[in-house]
Amino acid sequence: MAVATSSSKVLNNVEAVRDTLYEALKNDDRVVILGEDVGARGNVFLITKDFAKEFGTERIIDTPIAEASIVGIAVGMAMEGLRPIAEIQFADFIYPSFNQIVGEAAKTRYRSNGEYTCPMVIRTPYGGGVRGALSHSVSVEALFYHVPGLKIVVPSFPADVKGLLNAAIDDPDPVLFLEHKKTYRLIKGEVPDGHYVIPIGKADVKKEGSQLTVVSYGLYVHWALEAANQLESEGMSVEVIDLRSVRPMDRTLILQSVRKTRKLLVIHEDNKFGGIGAEISAMVAEEALFDLDAPIRRLAAPDVPAMGYAMPLEEAYMSSPAKMADAMRDMVKF
Amino acid sequence: MPTTITMPQLGETVTEGTVERWLKKAGEPVEKYEAFLEVSTDKVNSEVPSPITGTIRELLVQEGTTVAVGTPIAVIDDVGAASKAAPATKPPETKEDRDTAPPKSRDAMAESANQEPVPGFNIPQLEVKSAAASSGAPAMVPPRSNGQREEAALRGVSPAVRRLAREHHIDVRNVRGSGANGRVTADDVLAAAKLVPSGAVSAPPAETPRTPAKPGPGNTSTYADPIPGTTIHLSSMRRIIAERMVESRRTAPHAWSMVEVDVTNVWEWRKREKDRFERDTGVKLTLLPFFIRAVVESLAVFPLMNAKFVSEGPSIYVEKDVNIGIAIGLPANLVVPVIKHADKLSIKGIALAAGDLIERARKNKLSTDDLKEGTFTVNNTGANGSVASAPIINAGQAGIVTMETVVKRPMVQDDDSIAIRYMMNSCLSLDHRVVDGYVASGFLADLKKRLESMGPRGAL
Repeated sequence: MAVATSSSKVLNNVEAVRDTLYEALKNDDRVVILGEDVGARGNVFLITKDFAKEFGTERIIDTPIAEASIVGIAVGMAMEGLRPIAEIQFADFIYPSFNQIVGEAAKTRYRSNGEYTCPMVIRTPYGGGVRGALSHSVSVEALFYHVPGLKIVVPSFPADVKGLLNAAIDDPDPVLFLEHKKTYRLIKGEVPDGHYVIPIGKADVKKEGSQLTVVSYGLYVHWALEAANQLESEGMSVEVIDLRSVRPMDRTLILQSVRKTRKLLVIHEDNKFGGIGAEISAMVAEEALFDLDAPIRRLAAPDVPAMGYAMPLEEAYMSSPAKMADAMRDMVKF
Repeated sequence: MPTTITMPQLGETVTEGTVERWLKKAGEPVEKYEAFLEVSTDKVNSEVPSPITGTIRELLVQEGTTVAVGTPIAVIDDVGAASKAAPATKPPETKEDRDTAPPKSRDAMAESANQEPVPGFNIPQLEVKSAAASSGAPAMVPPRSNGQREEAALRGVSPAVRRLAREHHIDVRNVRGSGANGRVTADDVLAAAKLVPSGAVSAPPAETPRTPAKPGPGNTSTYADPIPGTTIHLSSMRRIIAERMVESRRTAPHAWSMVEVDVTNVWEWRKREKDRFERDTGVKLTLLPFFIRAVVESLAVFPLMNAKFVSEGPSIYVEKDVNIGIAIGLPANLVVPVIKHADKLSIKGIALAAGDLIERARKNKLSTDDLKEGTFTVNNTGANGSVASAPIINAGQAGIVTMETVVKRPMVQDDDSIAIRYMMNSCLSLDHRVVDGYVASGFLADLKKRLESMGPRGAL
């Protein structure tokens, strides 16, 4: 676990979200938060607890259970100069707002010829491994990353949560900010004090290695690191890249790493078919074919519509450090 | 059937070439299209691919020897020759044999393909009659041994291994694989390359070591892979660069001058155009074409800079054409391909011509014609981060100008305000026999004026 220094403190991911939102509300009057239960209850994960008392119900706005209206209102607020942070309580319920995100927010700058932008953040917890079953386990990044004009950020470490959420709030265009709910309290780390920004679109090498590049994001970065450390004890060297933003994607860093290791494994929780792994694989095949010493491989969820509730089904759907280590081992030895 | 390989013609007007390095020895197998020889002319090094799959029978010309285009330099036996020449040991074919015989092998197909003439190579039409053929025995089924074992070895060879093997002149079939099921991995090829520093393919190593062997004293390394404590054998290109540089320094009295240029406008112009340009043309828009355009315009005003000193007479010949050489640094050497008639090209045209030359230079695909007839040279030293340099004139030209790194600097403006501007130095080496300071300074001042007044609203 990280040790706090005088200019930083150790937070878990959910605390990092809370602290960042709090600072944003304090520093910028234009920042407002709207969503179901964000006010009186303080969000289901208590992220915005007591915010309404301090900042008032005009800035911390409880909304009806109507996702289309949450995002739609946020679009209007953003175009009128506010910096709304819209919360979708669980990513599984984002679909009613699909049109507001894809059809409105993402297109605003383009259709107004740059006259209007849509500086808003849509925060939502996603992902499984928490026995959330059918309606509380989904990964939605692949549904949205095809959409030009929309940025998608998926941090996995507390320090990245803060830097990227600050960047998302500052961004003049809409940002979908995905928070893996299993990492909320599981992952702790040192978070620097004060305002700082991590540029959206820059991936991060979380572990350097020479025999295989693993690209992942969200919860799976942590598991991939666990697996990579296991392999290291077996004498193999794996580089783990945390994508952090799935769009824009840090193609340069991925290519740089693959050109070094010559092998690529993409790991994500979302379904394999048409997932982020497909895009990364195609990009690397296009750009770095003659650097590859093994077929690109994707380790991802099977092609089933949702995660089961029963433990064996959840485990079958999700990857694990052991499954990842197996895949990595195969690839290093290929 | 033996095929005689002749010295290829590497450029339209080239009449001879030097056998720089044999990448294969006699008795070694060679794949169709696999490079087996490096040929150099005075300015270009080029790998020569084999027109057929076979075995090197004989190398007719020693390394370092220069021969005329068309001179026989090697003989390759195609893969079918061995089987034809072998004694017939197989009994006459039965129906069962036919039914169970493997389909026509790749080797056999390659053999028939080899009957077709390959451009640039002489294939004698002499048929070497095999023992089997002359004795009237039935033709043998092509052996499963060599060709098919090699085929199996090549299966599972990844793109990276193919590329590295080609770059290091390693025959993958001779490398013991450490990957799954004995697959040859990229690391295996790199380890093998370290064992064979000369690049020649040796006998199969008994075991490919995971850690490369350290070279002993007296060994040689290559310019691309210099190893401390070893000697680098000069390629003929490297030798000629050395000779030319000395000659230029000795014959042309070099004078040097530098101007400081505010290239903010050019910078902004390029920034505005670069994405669209790359999307439209597939070529990256650098600052170089803008600089070259300004240089050719200044050369039009100062034609003496586009001239050469002629010892006979002696006299000065003012060039008719404006052909700009661009210096391109490669790992092993420097090439200066020429944009012909650069004065007739727009910035876009220059960018495309330069892009083409740079790409071909990097792929070792330049012909000697690309390197001829330069009348003035532009050296983009700024690409390497240099802020001032004193280049040596490309012998036979009156000058060479460099474009140094563009840096942001606070500059005092005419109205005494201070602004952040993109600044660049441009340096000129001139042949003092051709021009003096008056013309050279005039040229540099004109160049500066043009660069500073360029764009950013102009057309490419």
